Amino acid sequence: MSLWNDFQPRFPRVPQIMANFYFLTHFYTLIIVSIGAALLGTVSGALGTYAVLRRQSLLGDAISHAALPGIAIAFMLTGSKTPLILVLGAAIAGWVGTLIILSIVRLTRIKYDSAFSLVLSTFFGFGLVLLTQIQRNGDANQAGLDDFIFGQAATMLKRDVLTIGILGGIALIIMLILWKELKLLIFDEGFAASIGFPTRALDILLTSLFVIAIVIGLQAVGAVLMSAMLVAPAVAARQWTDKISLMVLLAACFGALAGVSGTFISSIAVGVPTGPTIILCATVIVGFSIAFAPNRGLLWNSIRQRRNRRSLKIAAAKLIGAATTENQIKNDTRSS
Amino acid sequence: MIQDHLDIILNHLDIILIAIVTASACALPGVFLVLRRMTLMSDAISHAILPGIVLAFFLTHNISSPLLILAATATGVLTVVFVELLQKTKLVKEDAAIGLTFPALFSIGVILISRYAGNMHLDTDAVLLGELAHAPLNILKIYGYELGPVSIYVMGGMLVLNLAFILIFYKELKLATFDASLAATLGFAPTLIHYGLMTLVSMTTVGAFDAVGSILVVALIAGPPATAYLMTDSLARMLILSVVIGCVNAVSGYLLAYVFDVSIAGTIATMTFLVFGLIFMIVPNRGLIAIARRHIRQKWEFAQTMLVIHLFNHEGLPEAHEESEIEHLHEHLQWEPTFATRVVKQALNNRYVSQEATQLMLTDRGRSIAQRALVQ
Repeated sequence: MSLWNDFQPRFPRVPQIMANFYFLTHFYTLIIVSIGAALLGTVSGALGTYAVLRRQSLLGDAISHAALPGIAIAFMLTGSKTPLILVLGAAIAGWVGTLIILSIVRLTRIKYDSAFSLVLSTFFGFGLVLLTQIQRNGDANQAGLDDFIFGQAATMLKRDVLTIGILGGIALIIMLILWKELKLLIFDEGFAASIGFPTRALDILLTSLFVIAIVIGLQAVGAVLMSAMLVAPAVAARQWTDKISLMVLLAACFGALAGVSGTFISSIAVGVPTGPTIILCATVIVGFSIAFAPNRGLLWNSIRQRRNRRSLKIAAAKLIGAATTENQIKNDTRSS
Repeated sequence: MIQDHLDIILNHLDIILIAIVTASACALPGVFLVLRRMTLMSDAISHAILPGIVLAFFLTHNISSPLLILAATATGVLTVVFVELLQKTKLVKEDAAIGLTFPALFSIGVILISRYAGNMHLDTDAVLLGELAHAPLNILKIYGYELGPVSIYVMGGMLVLNLAFILIFYKELKLATFDASLAATLGFAPTLIHYGLMTLVSMTTVGAFDAVGSILVVALIAGPPATAYLMTDSLARMLILSVVIGCVNAVSGYLLAYVFDVSIAGTIATMTFLVFGLIFMIVPNRGLIAIARRHIRQKWEFAQTMLVIHLFNHEGLPEAHEESEIEHLHEHLQWEPTFATRVVKQALNNRYVSQEATQLMLTDRGRSIAQRALVQ
């Protein structure tokens, strides 16, 4: 059985009225899922801007893997699969993992990448230990915990969408309230510290916002792919503007666009899971932006290079021409 | 009790052997990844090889075909190339390039599996998580002779290959790792070394995914070298230590899994973290305990220096009498009274100052310390 055995619209041979009923429920699910995916894209797109600009793009990857033991422990303690409780467990574990990464980097000579890899893989491994423990105890209720590894966007329910909306909304509001502080933190941390901003606290707060953006998306696109939702919209937005306010706005839009288009494409094609499709849509947006964005894009760059080369050639030709005429004049005056 | 443990080890020698060989094979290239700050690439590769494996599986319909390893290795190297091409556009930074590339490739793999391989024997679960306990079941048979688990041969081969690469190109690897531009000027080919290393990492990752799963390969690649990096400054020693630590993690992880009956790969990863944490605590000079002790020592040393400077500044001046009164020192230096008492006590013990009635007088030693501190 594939774990991505996603929601697939298959219309059985039934009377017309029944078919209509299927269509309606299918449509309703589709709307719910696409609203959820859009919200998710908006939140992770906007917050991902900060991650990309701070060169912490892969923090999402680390957080989403590190969250697994938290989910398992939350389930073991409460025995419930309420999204909010599991998300809370995920958030705490993801947060602890990130703090460990940051303190390893601060206290030792081990670099970011090694600390990242170490924490994400070992936390994930520990989560796996706990999951096998839960499975061994034969808890009938445990089915569905796997979703947090692989994602199961198409099974998103109204309450999941509500969780995403409320938590994501809180994260975005905090981001807007601390707009100036966060902006200073990512562009000039030293200056922010020197004029008295609590940079360490802000750093932890920003990390916590990343954690929120990641964990609410875990069930939808899964730990493995959540990383891309934090990176791709922001990278795409970066190509179109140099202003952070515009970049956040654009990234949020791109994230929502990827969410909605991914959901619709996967609902049309048979056997195409939603999460990965959303990621591929986001990747296409990035590809388009890198190729065609004005000023920075590849196309624009090559046109500008060609133009520069031509103007350089013309200038060179003019110089050579000028030099030869000058020589001629010299020669003429000498011979006369 | 000990006999029991020995029995466990003997009965499961094949699994333990696979774990040890896999851990050693991963730790060797891992050292260079850690030093070159590229461990994230192993994370990316371990995810991105999925479409390669799936496509090769569609062609061969055989999960243990060597073509699978070839295709997956090619995908791994392709991932590295993609990431570098993206970086070369200068539009995307390295971390973002990695974060874009591997989820996209992984997504393609997932879609391929769920669209076309629904009822075939290829489980993303197995690819991602792996199960070491199943590794010895897959036995290599040639002409009807059973030659032991396939994994031992695959990972043993990888171990030999990695070891050979590192031994043969030790000098080149060392130079390219620590000073890439010098390596380039001297005529070594850092790019070639780089791609050689990345090919090995891809191959090792692919070989190991069967045993420990692709995410936990990262723990084997990054964990032991990061731990060893805390312990030594010498590359040769770091290589040896990494292998040893990797083996310790593997064996202790396996025993833990046996005792609690849980995922082996998971316990090996957990042990990797615990061993790292332990070393991080206790290692001399760079460990947390050493750092904390140094901080405390520096705090008291600094306070004593402040004290002798204070005394030195007022020495021989009219107010000296008042300024060196023990009872009032804490007011002049703005310290807590208890803190001041402790500092005075320590300074007396170190013979930086001497006590005359209620007054503190600088000794020669204290004076020279104050002078040195002021000059600096």
